[in-house]
Amino acid sequence: MGNLLENMQGIPLNHYLIFCSIIFVIGVIGVLIRRNVIIIMMSIELMLNSVNLLLAAFSAYLGDPSGQVFVFFIMALAAAEVAVGLAIIIMVYRNTKSVDIESLNKLRW
Amino acid sequence: MTIFYFVAFLSIFFALMTIFTKNPVHSVLYLVITFFTFTVHYILLNAQFLAVVNFIVYMGAIMVLFLFVLMLLNLNKDTEPMKSHLVKFMGVIAGMCLLVTFLGAFRVLETNNEFVQGHADIGLVKNLGKVLFKDFLLPFELSSILLLTAMVGAVLLAKKETRTNQNG
Amino acid sequence: MKEFIWMLPLIPLLGFLMIGLVRKSSPKPLISIIGCGTILISFLLSCGIFKEVYDARLAGGEGIIYQEVFNWFTVGSFNFNISFLVDPLSSIMLLIITGVGFLIHLYSVGYMAHDGGFGKYFSYLNLFIFFMLILVLGSNYLVMFIGWEGVGLCSYLLIGFWFKNSNYAKAAKKAFVMNRIGDLGFLIAMFFILVNFGSLEFQEVFPAAGQLAMGDSTLLVITLLLFVAATGKSAQIPLFTWLPDAMAGPTPVSALIHAATMVTAGIYMIARSNIMFTLSPVTMQLIAIIGVATALIAAFIAITQNDIKKVLAYSTVSQLGYMFLGLGVGAFTGAFFHVLTHAFFKALLFLGAGSVIHAMSDEQDMRSMGGLKKYLPITYITMLIGTIAIAGIPPFSGFFSKDEILAHAFVASPLFWGLGFLGALCTAFYMFRLLYLTFFGSFRGTENQKHHLHESPVQMTIPLIVLAVLSVLGGVINLPEALHGGTWLADFLSPVFAQTNAVVEPFHLSHSTEYILMGASALGAIIMALFAYNKYVKKSEIPEADGSSEQSGLYKLSYHKLYIDQIYDTLFVRPLNGLSKFLHTYVEKLGIDRLVNGIGDLFVSSGKGIRQLQSGNVGFYIFMMVVGVIAFMLYGLFTI
Repeated sequence: MGNLLENMQGIPLNHYLIFCSIIFVIGVIGVLIRRNVIIIMMSIELMLNSVNLLLAAFSAYLGDPSGQVFVFFIMALAAAEVAVGLAIIIMVYRNTKSVDIESLNKLRW
Repeated sequence: MTIFYFVAFLSIFFALMTIFTKNPVHSVLYLVITFFTFTVHYILLNAQFLAVVNFIVYMGAIMVLFLFVLMLLNLNKDTEPMKSHLVKFMGVIAGMCLLVTFLGAFRVLETNNEFVQGHADIGLVKNLGKVLFKDFLLPFELSSILLLTAMVGAVLLAKKETRTNQNG
Repeated sequence: MKEFIWMLPLIPLLGFLMIGLVRKSSPKPLISIIGCGTILISFLLSCGIFKEVYDARLAGGEGIIYQEVFNWFTVGSFNFNISFLVDPLSSIMLLIITGVGFLIHLYSVGYMAHDGGFGKYFSYLNLFIFFMLILVLGSNYLVMFIGWEGVGLCSYLLIGFWFKNSNYAKAAKKAFVMNRIGDLGFLIAMFFILVNFGSLEFQEVFPAAGQLAMGDSTLLVITLLLFVAATGKSAQIPLFTWLPDAMAGPTPVSALIHAATMVTAGIYMIARSNIMFTLSPVTMQLIAIIGVATALIAAFIAITQNDIKKVLAYSTVSQLGYMFLGLGVGAFTGAFFHVLTHAFFKALLFLGAGSVIHAMSDEQDMRSMGGLKKYLPITYITMLIGTIAIAGIPPFSGFFSKDEILAHAFVASPLFWGLGFLGALCTAFYMFRLLYLTFFGSFRGTENQKHHLHESPVQMTIPLIVLAVLSVLGGVINLPEALHGGTWLADFLSPVFAQTNAVVEPFHLSHSTEYILMGASALGAIIMALFAYNKYVKKSEIPEADGSSEQSGLYKLSYHKLYIDQIYDTLFVRPLNGLSKFLHTYVEKLGIDRLVNGIGDLFVSSGKGIRQLQSGNVGFYIFMMVVGVIAFMLYGLFTI
């Protein structure tokens, strides 16, 4: 354990920021380029996780446990979101026999 | 130190694999690996409790839920709808723009480039629990209500509507 | 009695509400009882109040009762009360309004018996009495203005009572618009008074006004504006054309509104504000000129009119002109005296004419009448009395009041007297012409009408008889000094005109001059009566049918009412219509409408365009969201 601690001592905060941004953007790109609703939701999870990690990094940086508590809450939220979201997807699939986001084209004028 | 960069590289690689793989089942599996790398990151940050929760809740519960749904709906590579290349290209460009904006923001804000100091204690269940049940008691209780409603909502949504079936 | 002052206007209002609410469901006798009863109660109350004032005057007091009913509203330092003022002037007006009003109500029961709008008619009449009482009782200009506007409204409603005839509706509209012009003057005058004196209460304004110098410019503006208001309400040049048209209403309405009460409101208002007018000689001069011109022109027009009500209408305008002449030369008492006697004999004449029309099955053209003397004896006798009274033949009431005005006019300027005298001759002529054409000679109507001829029912003849008695005796209350009379009215009213009397020199005319003037006017009236007798009874001349080529130029001028309606039409109505049309087609349609519709169209079309973005493609929505996030972040970056 002590070895690991020493290992991470040398990481600048900026690198965490950049790394998390990259993961976040990958999530965004995933949302943009995929049509499968489930994949889109997974990409959203990816984004959430990148933010989680950043919060944890800030927490460690500042020595304040509040950041990690936030992460905890975000996880609870994500769990709720996934449960409801997947239920909706199942409903949609039952009605349209598809998980294509293009089939949800009733959200219009 | 090098462990971080190695794991970060792995995270980015598997994240990319997640979104670019055609087969949704593979996507989920890649995402599981990505989340595993995140767990490693948490350990590196000395957030042991989060690492455990991440491992159990995300990799265990949520990802299994995804996989379960995918298999329930019987989705595979053949049924996967794909966007045109132009849209994909546009999406990547937009994402890159966002990244550039982020990086520009960090630069402008001149974020502190000091090293992240690990604290051995704060990530322990004992300390987190104290904070959670002292300072964040109300949000904690609210989140429990949120989970309850989400559960009820999910059950209600996914339940087969017998009435509709009779009519249909 | 004075604690009941507030009830005086309230009772007719209650009558209005009761009749107005139940008019569809209740029988005519009930409506008649409520309609007449409320006015009768008001009349009795007025009598009591008058007695109180009278006793006070006998005891040497001023007889002024001020009663505040409630505080209406307060704006800044200005406090507006609903409050009533009873003094000798308003107490007599109360008697006229409720007394003559009651007689006319009674008459209407018979006159309107077969009309479908019986209940509506009585509710309007009661409302009218209510507003008239408010006008007279108001202790400040604001309360007076409420009544002023209210009688205008009621006049509109009653003139247009038979609104299904579009000409009648137009006449009502004309009366309303003309009155509005005058009302504007009243409003602006009120603003001036408020600004200059800080109050609208008579008891505060008049003493303050009395402090100002003779010919003060503020007073000039105020009095001119008030005079404009009076010309509208009291049908003077140039706003008099509505009154002859107002004969479209039922005849008792003409008697009530256009003879006895509403048209005298202007005179009442000027008499009330006498000190302000006395202190602005320019306005007084103008009033006298307008008054005498109106008297003369209206009398001139009346000579050739063939419609019995039109003759009386122009006669009313003419008599109102005399009253204004009286005001203009400072004979406030004389003018008010004439208001009083005129209310009697003109109401009598209108009601008599109504009786004739009633008997003639709604025929109003005198050329189709004639020889009604033996069919309508009571109407004939009462109308004869009224005619003598208005013509100014002694000892009937009209002689004394008109003579007092003319005597004052003579002192002011012999020219005024001459023109007034000329008008008086015309008056005598056209009134006797009316009488002879209607009651003498042979019947000229159809057989059917002849068959129906009958004397009016008793509820119509009683008011005629009462008014006839009053017309005969009305002059007694203010016999001139020259005839060893008591000038009772002048004494009674003196507190109202006290300020004026203190400013101007007392009226003085040697008795011999006064005898000559009296003799001249009495003789002139008798000569004109004989002349008319010669022309219309002996020679049995009948006015020719319309458009006859044998009419002389002067006759045509008079017959077509000096073409005043046409002149107004060309001068005001048509240019205004043209301007309105221009504004409608070019400014409204092409300018404002286009702008407004253009703005609407802009948003509709842009909405249609932007609506295409809402394609229902969720992927596109997300893409736009990302673009939006980037844009926000960039904005944040560059604003830090």
